[in-house]
Amino acid sequence: MNAHRIIIEFAQIAVVLALSPVFIGWVRMLKCWTQGRTTAGLFQPYRDISKLFAKEVVLAENASWIFRFTPYLVFAVTVLAGGIIPILSAHLPLSATADVIVLVALFAIARFFTALAGMDIGTAFGGMGSSREMTIASLAEPAMLMAIFTISLAAQSTSLSRIVQVIYTAGPVLKPSIAFAFIAFILISLAETGRIPVDNPATHLELTMIHEAMILEYSGRHLALIEWAGMMKTLLFMALGATLFFPWGIDATDTVSGASLAFVFLIIKLAGAGVVLVLIETGLAKMRLFRLTEFLGSAFLMATLGMLSFFILE
Amino acid sequence: MSFSPLDLAAISVAVMLLLAPAAAVSGSRTPLMVTICFMLAAIGSLLGAYAGAMAVASGSVGSAVLAVGLPDLPFHMRLDPLSGFFMTVVGLLSFIVSIYSIGYVKAIAKHRPVTRLIAFYALFIAGMFMVILADDALFFLVSWEIMAAASYFLVLFEDERIENRRAAFLYMVVAHVGAIAILLSFGVLAGIATVPAAGLGLAGADPAGFTAFRGYTFDAMRHANVTPGWATAAFLLAFFGFGAKAGIIPLHVWLPEAHPVAPSNVSALMSGVMLKTAIYGILRVTFDLVRVFPWWWGALVLVMGLVSAVIGALFAMMQGDLKRLLAWSSVENVGIILIGTGLAMIYASFNSPVLASLALIAALYHCLNHAMFKGLLFMGAGSVLHATGERDMDRMGGLIHKMRWTAPLFLVGCVSISGLPPFNGFVSEWLTFQAFLLSPAIPNQIIRLLIPMGAALLALTAALAGAAFVKAFGVTFLGHARTPGIGAAHDSSRTMKLAMALAAALCLALGVLPSVVIDWMDSVPQQLTGSSISGSAGAFGWMWLTPVASERASYSGAATFLVILLVTAVVWLLLRVRAGSIRRAAIWDCGFEKLTPRMQYTSASFAMPIRRIFSFAFGVRERVKLVPQAAHRAFPSRIQYAIRISDRFWMWLYRPIVDASFWAARLAGMLQQGRIRSYLIYSFVTIIVLLLFLK
Repeated sequence: MNAHRIIIEFAQIAVVLALSPVFIGWVRMLKCWTQGRTTAGLFQPYRDISKLFAKEVVLAENASWIFRFTPYLVFAVTVLAGGIIPILSAHLPLSATADVIVLVALFAIARFFTALAGMDIGTAFGGMGSSREMTIASLAEPAMLMAIFTISLAAQSTSLSRIVQVIYTAGPVLKPSIAFAFIAFILISLAETGRIPVDNPATHLELTMIHEAMILEYSGRHLALIEWAGMMKTLLFMALGATLFFPWGIDATDTVSGASLAFVFLIIKLAGAGVVLVLIETGLAKMRLFRLTEFLGSAFLMATLGMLSFFILE
Repeated sequence: MSFSPLDLAAISVAVMLLLAPAAAVSGSRTPLMVTICFMLAAIGSLLGAYAGAMAVASGSVGSAVLAVGLPDLPFHMRLDPLSGFFMTVVGLLSFIVSIYSIGYVKAIAKHRPVTRLIAFYALFIAGMFMVILADDALFFLVSWEIMAAASYFLVLFEDERIENRRAAFLYMVVAHVGAIAILLSFGVLAGIATVPAAGLGLAGADPAGFTAFRGYTFDAMRHANVTPGWATAAFLLAFFGFGAKAGIIPLHVWLPEAHPVAPSNVSALMSGVMLKTAIYGILRVTFDLVRVFPWWWGALVLVMGLVSAVIGALFAMMQGDLKRLLAWSSVENVGIILIGTGLAMIYASFNSPVLASLALIAALYHCLNHAMFKGLLFMGAGSVLHATGERDMDRMGGLIHKMRWTAPLFLVGCVSISGLPPFNGFVSEWLTFQAFLLSPAIPNQIIRLLIPMGAALLALTAALAGAAFVKAFGVTFLGHARTPGIGAAHDSSRTMKLAMALAAALCLALGVLPSVVIDWMDSVPQQLTGSSISGSAGAFGWMWLTPVASERASYSGAATFLVILLVTAVVWLLLRVRAGSIRRAAIWDCGFEKLTPRMQYTSASFAMPIRRIFSFAFGVRERVKLVPQAAHRAFPSRIQYAIRISDRFWMWLYRPIVDASFWAARLAGMLQQGRIRSYLIYSFVTIIVLLLFLK
């Protein structure tokens, strides 16, 4: 295994770790501008996280080891996911350990344990959040896999680096299957990363919160890890969409200089993704929980249409 | 003196068969006798597992004709890779459960006699071994009945409860309807195998009459020339019969009734391995006895598998009884196994042996995995039942603080069954997904299109299973105790913990080392489809699983496990260096102060969103009763909430049959009036009619 691949691998993980709070800061900034508010700056999420790391942890008296273990596990799983998605280079060594199905399962681990942690303290909020999160997940996950399967059928592979290489070499051709899969992917990303119209990351209103309800009892460094993992997850979904549907600019030459160039392209893509995300979030209102079936159902329908058009048209 | 795998398998059967009467005669009541009996059962099971593993590893076939059986119809026994694989699955779980039973049955023995439990337990395992080893229809059916009867008495063990007697009766009825179908299926095959094919002296040829009758052996069936029509009849009968045992929807009604009421060690065996004997039967009949079949057989198996998987997962989510939840999840997992089997049959019928062997490996791997994690979960549920005396999750809670060993081990089972890496459930689901994604290789447009839809349903199943097991673990072990009695719960005895730890370790090992396991079991698809995948699956060493080619897909359970472990440890250590203190304080809950355990989400409230979204699948009856206060009518003083979730299949399919048989019975009952005159008239009329016919 080449040394420079390992360097790129570590560089990518570092980029994901470092860039995710900035990306969230960027999204919040854009949101403030569209809503006519002054912003807290691009680096406010850093300040929030470092403040949380410095604070003491206040644990509920009946918190079990699940509650204390979950932040570390969620963080580790997200870091691993950041190591396998080809963001900077299509030749990551870690990419071979896990394909796109494993990637979906990695996020499922994080969700499984977060839901358990939500139930651990025994509050009504926690259980409510866990129940809703698992409900949304059970609708979003099949749609997610359908969208991904459409691409993997086109690329004849579920390996992420292989998919990227195939789409990269094919050049920018508009295929109906990929287009449908892309629409489905956008809808699912909103659900998986807990954005409007599925969940509101800024709310603590009891009737509407989902993800926040599960992590309500966390504090100090535990909360910092969970928040940071959440930011990484948002970044990773954006980067995954960018890398699967618009891989151009990624390092296909397998060199360190190519990877540095890919970093510049990544920033441009993420800035664009942030704009799209903010436009969607500003334009829509949060949906009622039981209207989400229609939302996720249409995501599933789009993914299915993509698959049908793959078999019929391509 | 060296033993062949078949000898060892025969010895293990003999041990179990002898143990049953020995336990019955010795009146094993004392703790020492219980220990000895289950130790012997463990040794016998391990021997069977070892024999099976040997047969699979060597890919050898051993067969023997026994001296027992009916006159001129001796029993035939055979240990080939297929039966060897199922011997391993059954033997391994029986070994673990036998260790568990030492502690579990000792606890039961304190308040009721357990002789019956031990004797039928040994007979049950012997029956399963014999079903797998049988190489003729007669021996197979005799063993099948021994297995069914022994498990019937085990379900009936606590026979003072009416629900147990009802469950056992239902189980017996469905088991026998299924057994009749299997008998007829073998009858079709044996009948064809006996007729000499166009004057050729084949194995089934029958010149010397009954004494040379060999059509009932599987060997003769293998060589018979079965016409497609009769083959289809035999397959449909066998699929119905074995489907009734496997709990395929709509033949599943007995399963969620019978599995929960048996003692938990027996539930573990029934769900973990008895269902697998039915899978074994389906594989044996299709791939080994009939061998050539059209693609729609596979499509049928696939569709039934998908339906069972989705409905099983949905109903598992709805259950409030821990053991019933696990039983419904068995319906789901049998569905997943059948999905793999159906795909293998489709690929085999289109002459793609490599793809067929991949799908077959996925199905077999899930058989092994399900045995391990469902065994583990039922053992865990048994420990909870033993500690609290409860099966209703809504009366538990907070057990993680009381059962320090059972809780993490049960969690391992939950994570495995939810298909999360790096545990074993994920590997087989991943392989099944890979098998789905190879469908473009099929020349038939319709199936190519429909198969990926199946993949979406499998994804839905996996996600629902995850939700169901978050519920199972969360409501049972986390939060506060919902009833005061739970506070006195204690962890289980040493042998029980040891057995659960063994099963949990196997769950992890099977998830981390899939290429090693696939390399071992590859002789099974080699035997059934004539192709194997180990050449490509383990091409990159033990750490990497690349089922078709490395560009197509690769997965390393070991690397995933290690990276997650490493990052978790590094982050924990980094934060440890400069950690602020951890302070324990009262629950915050947004500043709400009057939190009580009754405010926690229960299993019914946890399942509510999914219940509403998928309400078309269930018959739900909700009843809310408000008792208003006298002073302020708007504020109720008491609220009663009741919910009943019924199985529509029972209403639509079984209820009419039950009603019709009652109606027919009442009609026949009208003949019986108790008046001697009427009976004399019946006799008189009968004689006249007979005379008319015989004149």
